[in-house]
Amino acid sequence: MPDPTSSPTLTVDSAAPNPAPNPAPNEASNETLGRFNFLAVIGRIILAFFQQVGRLSMFTASAVSHCVRPPFFPRQLLGQMVEIGYYSLPVVGLTTIFSGMVLALQSYTGFARFSAEGAVATVVVISITRELGPVLAGLMVAGRVGAAMAAEVGTMRVTEQIDALTTLSTNPMKYLVVPRLVAACLMLPCLVLVGDVIGVYGGYLIGVNKLDFNAASYIQNTWDYLETLDVVSGLVKAAVFGFLIALMGCYMGYNSRGGAQGVGVSVRNAVVSASILILISNYMITELFFAQ
Amino acid sequence: MSASPPKIALSGVKKRFGRKVVLDGIDLEVAPRESVVIIGGSGTGKSVTLKCVLGLLKPDAGSIKVDGEEVVGLGDRARERINTKFGMLFQSAALFDSLTVWENVAFGLIQGHKMARRKAREKAIEKLAQVGLGADVADLSPSELSGGMQKRVGLARAIADDPEIIFFDEPTTGLDPIMADVINDLIVKCVKEVGATALSITHDIASARKIGDRIAMLYHGKLIWVGPAATVLDSGNPYVDQFVHGRADGPIQMELRG
Ligand SMILES: Nc1ncnc2c1ncn2[C@@H]1O[C@H](COP(=O)(O)OP(=O)(O)O)[C@@H](O)[C@H]1O
Ligand SMILES: [Mg+2]
Repeated sequence: MPDPTSSPTLTVDSAAPNPAPNPAPNEASNETLGRFNFLAVIGRIILAFFQQVGRLSMFTASAVSHCVRPPFFPRQLLGQMVEIGYYSLPVVGLTTIFSGMVLALQSYTGFARFSAEGAVATVVVISITRELGPVLAGLMVAGRVGAAMAAEVGTMRVTEQIDALTTLSTNPMKYLVVPRLVAACLMLPCLVLVGDVIGVYGGYLIGVNKLDFNAASYIQNTWDYLETLDVVSGLVKAAVFGFLIALMGCYMGYNSRGGAQGVGVSVRNAVVSASILILISNYMITELFFAQ
Repeated sequence: MSASPPKIALSGVKKRFGRKVVLDGIDLEVAPRESVVIIGGSGTGKSVTLKCVLGLLKPDAGSIKVDGEEVVGLGDRARERINTKFGMLFQSAALFDSLTVWENVAFGLIQGHKMARRKAREKAIEKLAQVGLGADVADLSPSELSGGMQKRVGLARAIADDPEIIFFDEPTTGLDPIMADVINDLIVKCVKEVGATALSITHDIASARKIGDRIAMLYHGKLIWVGPAATVLDSGNPYVDQFVHGRADGPIQMELRG
């Protein structure tokens, strides 16, 4: 798994709960004030940046280490798996089926110009398994699940429920964060696998019904050029995306401050940072798997 | 003080948030089976004091001992072990809204004591009855209860696993006078009969006199007066006098702004 703490730097800073205040427009002494503001702002931004990176890294390390140390909470884990896996199926299914359909249409238009229409099935299956399945599912789940996690954990923070857990001798990291992280890492690949099948089926529907491909040869073309690595890389991506979604949801929620407004900020930051991290890590994993 | 070592001992505890000094050197000892009440205006740091003892906040300086063991800066595991001695009623009740009422009350029993769910449910219903709630609320969600009922569920949760030390953060705030007195009686019963040690917070003087053996007054980050509960009405301390008699003028000036 790529280090999830090294990439987030840019996003985390922009998503920091307390961004450095903007410098006031200086009307007084240009020389001293201007220099002071400039240095102070740079300094503040750099400090806030490293502070956020540090806090997120510590949170990540703590969360991961709690994943492997008992006690475990199987009931919570099961609940989260159902919530993340089962209830995200419609969203992921809809996203991928239409992506597969549009992919077939568009690539047909393109390949027809080279009389290479036969490549449509291959392009659909490779694009879906390698890229569109995991990325679109990841982004949809970031909106659906990441937001819900940040809101739930954040509300528990500002209403002292997390403190209450601690006083009941239950580690909130183990009870709240670990089940969400593990469930997301396990369920995202399952979702993406289902999404892959549905997306390819979407392409098949268009290919056979609208573009007049022969059903058997479309399926043949789909299978022949599909490699295990295409699917596996997509599933690895899914697991990493699941980790990032749950991590940002929990991290932002866990550090919520100040009532309903604070929770709102956490939810927004969780979705934005998870989405950006998904896109960045998508590039990095692709590079790892396929760059020569 | 007393011959036996104190159950809880705070000395020189300081805590500040940013530039705002909230606790400026708190010294307090609570003997076994004793009930101490901290009184003081809102925002003086009463809740912060409890949270320091519970390890939810880390004091900037000073020492906190529970049964003679230093608890400031404990690791996760040791803190969990210490916290099994504690029961805490939060000011806002802080019930888990994803669980039902009985699961809330039984939380410590199921997670901490590994009690079977069926047995824990029976125990929870028993504790609910003690705080005047019927078995019919057991399967409701906390959000379906009134504020006063939530407070009582919080109380039931705090005493569910018969802790040695119980913290009550404003147990009677927001309750009607009769229910407040029921809760007071219940706290007295817990402390006197079960033999628990209690550290409570309130700004309800009647409640403080009823549940406390001793009363301490927090003002400007310090305990400015500690004495037997019976003497709080004629303490001779002008600050305490003003507070217990609820007078607007006196040495305590409300910081009014705007
Ligand atoms: N987590 C926190 N961060 C910053 N300030 C806090 C925090 N908790 C409490 N405070 C401040 O400490 C002061 C005392 O709070 P508290 O102990 O809750 O008061 P009370 O005596 O009414 O229980 C308040 O002014 C509050 O603003
Ligand atoms: Mg308080």
